Amino acid sequence: MELGFSFWISLILIAIVMGVLQGTCAYLILAERKISAWAQDRLGPNRVGPWGILQPIADGIKFLLKEDIIPSHVDKLFYLLGPTIAVSTSLLAFAVVPFGPTTPPPVLEDRRTDEMIQNSRQPMSVEERKELLATNTAYREQSRGRIWPQTDSEEAYVLAADRAYAKANGTPSYEQRLETYNAPYDQRPKDYNLGTIESIQYVIAPHVDIGIVFNFAIGSLAVYGVLLGGWSSNNKYSMLGGLRSSAQLISYEIPLGMSVLGVMLVSGSLNLEAIIDYQVKHGWNVIFQPLAALLFITSVFAECNRLPFDLPEAEQELIGGYHTEYSAMKFALFFLGEYTHMITTSFLVVILFFGGWQLLPWLELPGGVTGVILKLLIIAGKMALFIIFYMLIRWTLPRFRFDQLMGLTWKVLLPLALLNLVCVIAIKQLNQSEWWLLPLSLGTLVVVALVTLNMPRQRPRAPVRFAGHVASGPPAVVHDDDAVLK
Amino acid sequence: MPIADSDVKWVSTPKIGLFEQLYVPAIFQGLQTTVRHATKTLFGGGAITQQFPEVEPKLPPNYRGVHRLNRDEQGRVKCVACYMCSTACPAHCIDIVAAPSPWSDREKYPETFVIDELRCIYCGMCEQACPVDAIELTTLYDLSGMSREEMMFDKEKLLSVFDETVKSGTDPIRTRAGRLGVASELPTDTGLTSSSSAQS
Repeated sequence: MELGFSFWISLILIAIVMGVLQGTCAYLILAERKISAWAQDRLGPNRVGPWGILQPIADGIKFLLKEDIIPSHVDKLFYLLGPTIAVSTSLLAFAVVPFGPTTPPPVLEDRRTDEMIQNSRQPMSVEERKELLATNTAYREQSRGRIWPQTDSEEAYVLAADRAYAKANGTPSYEQRLETYNAPYDQRPKDYNLGTIESIQYVIAPHVDIGIVFNFAIGSLAVYGVLLGGWSSNNKYSMLGGLRSSAQLISYEIPLGMSVLGVMLVSGSLNLEAIIDYQVKHGWNVIFQPLAALLFITSVFAECNRLPFDLPEAEQELIGGYHTEYSAMKFALFFLGEYTHMITTSFLVVILFFGGWQLLPWLELPGGVTGVILKLLIIAGKMALFIIFYMLIRWTLPRFRFDQLMGLTWKVLLPLALLNLVCVIAIKQLNQSEWWLLPLSLGTLVVVALVTLNMPRQRPRAPVRFAGHVASGPPAVVHDDDAVLK
Repeated sequence: MPIADSDVKWVSTPKIGLFEQLYVPAIFQGLQTTVRHATKTLFGGGAITQQFPEVEPKLPPNYRGVHRLNRDEQGRVKCVACYMCSTACPAHCIDIVAAPSPWSDREKYPETFVIDELRCIYCGMCEQACPVDAIELTTLYDLSGMSREEMMFDKEKLLSVFDETVKSGTDPIRTRAGRLGVASELPTDTGLTSSSSAQS
């Protein structure tokens, strides 16, 4: 097999992405320390280079040159496997994330006239159906991940309408576009600008139809890194961190996936490139489904072990949590994995809800090389904004207790995600405008808040008696159970 | 005595309204504070950090740092070798060897006076115990040495700390805190000025 242009471009792309990703991780640690410092009225690291910009390099050298200790009491195989899994899963999960413009899969538009819609609701005879299906074989062979249209007859009518529309306008039909899209890279027609900067797909693995599912599947493997690290360390604190972490990560995976279901339903695809394309054409998902965005961002915080959900690490309680026994480069690998995960999830938030590389909703960007560079910069900028948001939240909210953490996901996020999904399904089924989702989404939140506000507490808090005054300071608190009954 | 009913105030848990129950606006309120601090530090120079090696911190005059042995008006060591400080010391870091005083106004003086600065916990009890205000803790804080021996401060070293702090005007505040202790005042009525008669 001849290795063509696309092979080499992919190889170069992978090398660049891995390099940039790890460099970004190193600088994210500096950013984290700087933002932490600023939020606490401090200056942060400023000794290595101007404003401390060489600090990550110094840290890297330190990590590399430090003695690589493997404590004698650990389970060596799993101990080494922990950081390996942590870093490799988070790097793998990035494979399907588009970090720039891509060629989205073609979209089948509904071009039916009212008459055809009427016809498509009529039941079909077997012969008619056979005849219609025979014309669609080419489409059937190439269509992947199709969820619309739902019935054979509807499909036939929609395709026929699309063909007629294409013929009338002289544009390629859906089936032709699909054929081009699925063609091998170097067999594409001329107008794909082969070999130019615009033809590059800015994603390591382009055209992955399961996109987001792949991302979640690989991302959820990251729990093994934490769990193995915690368990194999043979240390109670590490063990506690690992156990908490597994429970937390598994629980938060549910609202994480649930909140995205609504987005998948409206855009009709799991492919992240198609989701961006849908938002570019129809407006950002955050406008229509703010509740889903909120749930997704909250779950992402937990998935990344970020405050206020950083129970696996919990420096104040567990020393370092699952990485207590790790030092030197193995410790750095855990960090690398964590920050790569942060970058990936930030990209996901941007792609799923904030329009990917689009600057503002419904805003056209210029084409050509300028457009490519602009889009790359915009999506990276949005990702950076989200990471800064992560870091600011860290210094805003106190950490959850473990039962509160579990209560939040099972009693709050999960039901809300289900309600959101029901709203989206209802809108899709009733064929209503997507704008209905905005009031529905916000209304759900308010109604749920009102309902929980008026729910009777299981254990009403007894009033407390503040009595007298000690010479100075706050009044003494007298707990008087008998007095409560009066 | 029971607390009077008029003094008792009943306090219940504040009622949470819709605004708080929604969480999100409350989180954004919190974010406002965080962002305000971050931007103020970043752009307004609101950082409270002191850049230590370049900027020396100004410590309060009652800071308890390195010890010094005070001199009297004639430049002699003020200490009368009474062992009160070494007795009071909880870390047992003061080692005094007393000798008969060469001067007529006191019986004894310290022949050697060594403080192990590594062992000292800087509690200031020596200072409180001293009847003649001879030992004091200064505001010097950047104490370091290359060996343990170097950190054993002897009489000369402690006196030089006094000279240094007097020169730089960083006398500890306790020097001017009040009158000296009873033992520092010489008996005047019996005219006991020689050390031999003071023993009777």
